[in-house]
Amino acid sequence: MGKRAGMDDLVRLLQLAVNGTAAGCIYGLVALGFVLIYKATEMVNFAQGELMMLGAFFAYTFVGLWGLNYWLGFGLAIAATAAFGYALDAVVLRRVIGQPQFAVVMLTLGLAFIFRAVAGAVWGYDAVGFTTPFTNKTANFGGGVVLGQDNVSIIIGTVILCLVLYLFFSRTRLGIAMQASSQNQLAAYYMGIPVRTVFSLIWAISAGVAAVAAVLLVPVQMIDVNMGLIGIKAFAAAVLGGFGSIPGALVGGIIVGIVEQLAGYYLPAGSMELTSNIVLLAVLIVWPQGLFGQVIRKRV
Amino acid sequence: MTLRTSYAQDLTLARSRATIGWYALLLAVLIALPHVAGEFYVGEIAFVFIYAIAGVGLMLLTGYTGLVSLGHAAFLGIGAYGNAILLSKGVPFALSLPLAGLMAALAGVVIGIPTLRMSGLYLAIATLAFGTVVILVGEKWHSLTGGFDGFPVPTPTVLGLRIEAPEGVYYLALGVLVLVLLLAMNILRAPLGRAMVAIRDSEISAQSMGIHLAFYKTVAFAISAGITGLAGALFGHYVRHLAPDAFGILLSIQLVTIVFIGGLGSLHGAVFGAAFVAMLPQAIALVRDDLPFGIGRLPGLEPSLFGLILVLVIMFEPAGINGRWQKLKTWARNFPLHRRAAFRRQKSYAKSERLR
Amino acid sequence: MSGTFSARDLSMRFGGIRAVEGVTFDVQKGEVFSIIGPNGAGKTTIFNMISRIYTPSGGSLHFEGQDITRIAPHRIAGLGIARTFQNIELFSHATLLQNLLIGRHCHSHVGILSQLAFLPSVRRAEIEHRRRAEEVIEFLGLQRYRDQLIANLPYGVRKVVELGRALCTEPKLLLLDEPSSGLNVEETEEMGFWIQDIQKDLGITIIMVEHDMKLVSAVSDRVLALNQGRILSTGTSAEVQSDPEVIRAYIGGAPEPAKEDAA
Repeated sequence: MGKRAGMDDLVRLLQLAVNGTAAGCIYGLVALGFVLIYKATEMVNFAQGELMMLGAFFAYTFVGLWGLNYWLGFGLAIAATAAFGYALDAVVLRRVIGQPQFAVVMLTLGLAFIFRAVAGAVWGYDAVGFTTPFTNKTANFGGGVVLGQDNVSIIIGTVILCLVLYLFFSRTRLGIAMQASSQNQLAAYYMGIPVRTVFSLIWAISAGVAAVAAVLLVPVQMIDVNMGLIGIKAFAAAVLGGFGSIPGALVGGIIVGIVEQLAGYYLPAGSMELTSNIVLLAVLIVWPQGLFGQVIRKRV
Repeated sequence: MTLRTSYAQDLTLARSRATIGWYALLLAVLIALPHVAGEFYVGEIAFVFIYAIAGVGLMLLTGYTGLVSLGHAAFLGIGAYGNAILLSKGVPFALSLPLAGLMAALAGVVIGIPTLRMSGLYLAIATLAFGTVVILVGEKWHSLTGGFDGFPVPTPTVLGLRIEAPEGVYYLALGVLVLVLLLAMNILRAPLGRAMVAIRDSEISAQSMGIHLAFYKTVAFAISAGITGLAGALFGHYVRHLAPDAFGILLSIQLVTIVFIGGLGSLHGAVFGAAFVAMLPQAIALVRDDLPFGIGRLPGLEPSLFGLILVLVIMFEPAGINGRWQKLKTWARNFPLHRRAAFRRQKSYAKSERLR
Repeated sequence: MSGTFSARDLSMRFGGIRAVEGVTFDVQKGEVFSIIGPNGAGKTTIFNMISRIYTPSGGSLHFEGQDITRIAPHRIAGLGIARTFQNIELFSHATLLQNLLIGRHCHSHVGILSQLAFLPSVRRAEIEHRRRAEEVIEFLGLQRYRDQLIANLPYGVRKVVELGRALCTEPKLLLLDEPSSGLNVEETEEMGFWIQDIQKDLGITIIMVEHDMKLVSAVSDRVLALNQGRILSTGTSAEVQSDPEVIRAYIGGAPEPAKEDAA
């Protein structure tokens, strides 16, 4: 009997870990968007969660409303969100370069409100969803370990996306130009890199990553205008990761996701929302620069 | 411009007798107002006063010390609940109001100290998380706050004036606002205010001028939170029934919007911004039915207008309403000899906050 | 003892990089002591250690016989050490007068609560601070900029304001980090006169980091040449400049050959 119960506990723990990792991958992907933009432009995009929400609604339009093939809709949603991200930088954010960091925070907060209202006006305030190849399917791993394909697809999708991004940034000319512009704008500019366009492209990539997160999330969560509030948890992830580190953002996301699942199971009801915030505060108090952050100090 | 003949003249609160005259007139008008204006308007203006008090509190922190708080609604909530709980336990209002401010100030120290070493961005995130935690705790701590059922705010009587909306709250809020403004002006002409400005503009050289960063940041947090707590206590009397979710992120963002739209680094700005933010919903309600295509009936109209105005202000008038007001004054004074160049924005460059 | 400073076996490491290694020197009262060296030689690092922005990895710092190696950074000004910064660190959204008054901060001893009420004691102290600040304004001839925002002042004036702000702390030791950087020839010459005035009229000891050898030769009593964190040579300006080691360091790294010609 005791052995059986122990086995059940183990399986339960594994399922919690997988669910947590899957949720954490989503946080991590949104956090990745924060980090990409921050590394390049020192701007913090508080509307990153809303970009994800828009990506989800684009996908819903293509797949759920127009009835396109899932994969085609997936691709179109990424492209549409990325184009939106590009335009956002080119039209709005480019104009506020040089303003204090916090002005940009307020600006993007304002943008988030606008996006939410516009999405509400276009797609309505009811939660919607559409069927994906992974919805309500399970994968049996043997030994009583049964996991939802939805969660597994999130994890695999995240791994693939990270691989693609890694290859892009390390192997392609454009990716290397982006890295160069992030490290030293002026030097990159003198080397003939069109820094402004590169920055807009980075916004496009961040928006595209947010769209991927959105579509991966569809099997486990309904789409609604407030889904962007996930951005706050992604924030915790980015901070844990040190805000300047791409692997850090993912690791941070997974930590937040797992801690949240464990807290939701073992602690009294309602502590789930508290945990991500408390983890965030605790980390910031102990390591004011984040877990993976380097010490940033102004040079005099 | 009057000719100054002693250093003491630069330490007065008003530049000239004319300025004092104008403010006295404004105060007289505001005192007489409830006798002429309808209840609705008195209530609206009382609300502006309450927002202005909170705005001054946040302005001292964000506009003058350069520390950003995205969780200030929590201090408003602590003040509101503190005052209401003390009143319900039989503490007289003359004590409960300052104690509410004090409680919020202590909470300010509690959040101030651990955030001392954080840079701007992390501070914004930490205060955001702090605000969320306070609200969640308020919701769960049913025996103290009544949770989602809410908490009825007792109505005390001060000098024969019942503290309830609109008139009682109007006069009380006006009085507190005047006191808070005087306090803020005192701070700004004293070494404390200069230390705050120094920290805002360059921490590193503030430190080498002998300014103890941790101490002054904590003091700034405490004063700011305390003033915001006072606004919270009055807010409680205005709404009469407290619920924890009223003090969430949205209210925090509204408070920051006050200082941003008003214009950072100006007490006038805090008041202008408060008037704007407090009256916007009513202004929208007035025109709601006249808007074409049913825009007025969209549920997201109000927050999106907030967002839009915020975006436009930051893009086109970073100095806020106060900046616009100063330009208007300069323009009027020099009319018709104004120069366009005087209003041209200086070109700014991306300022890196990193050490490479 | 007043205004004397000494560094003993000072070193600073950032990760694996040895920015400063085993630096020892003494500065006498009333002396102008210059530190020269190619870019990255560790000059500003030494300043940052003296003003306690960095904590030295090794060695000690003494001011007027007192060990200041581990003192809190905000207490340095109160001891009588003031500094300027290479790229100007003024409070740019405050007026010139406010900047100078912030320099008076270490002499301000009124309590927070009396400031909130602006008691008469605060008012008296403020008038006294103002009088001192006005003395500095007069000394440096800054009257016409008094009420202007720093952000609106030309670069050359800001350099002088930073000097003024440091003087407002009534220092016994003044650290000047590249006082001539960003200034044109006339402004640099004027800066040289200010430095001499501060030394002669106010009797303040000065340690200066500088690239412009003409300015160094004009004002320095003694010069220390630094390369890659180590001392190359110490002596009068002429001695140091003719030291073969120093010449090799400059030509080898040759960061600013133009300045070499000036010497």
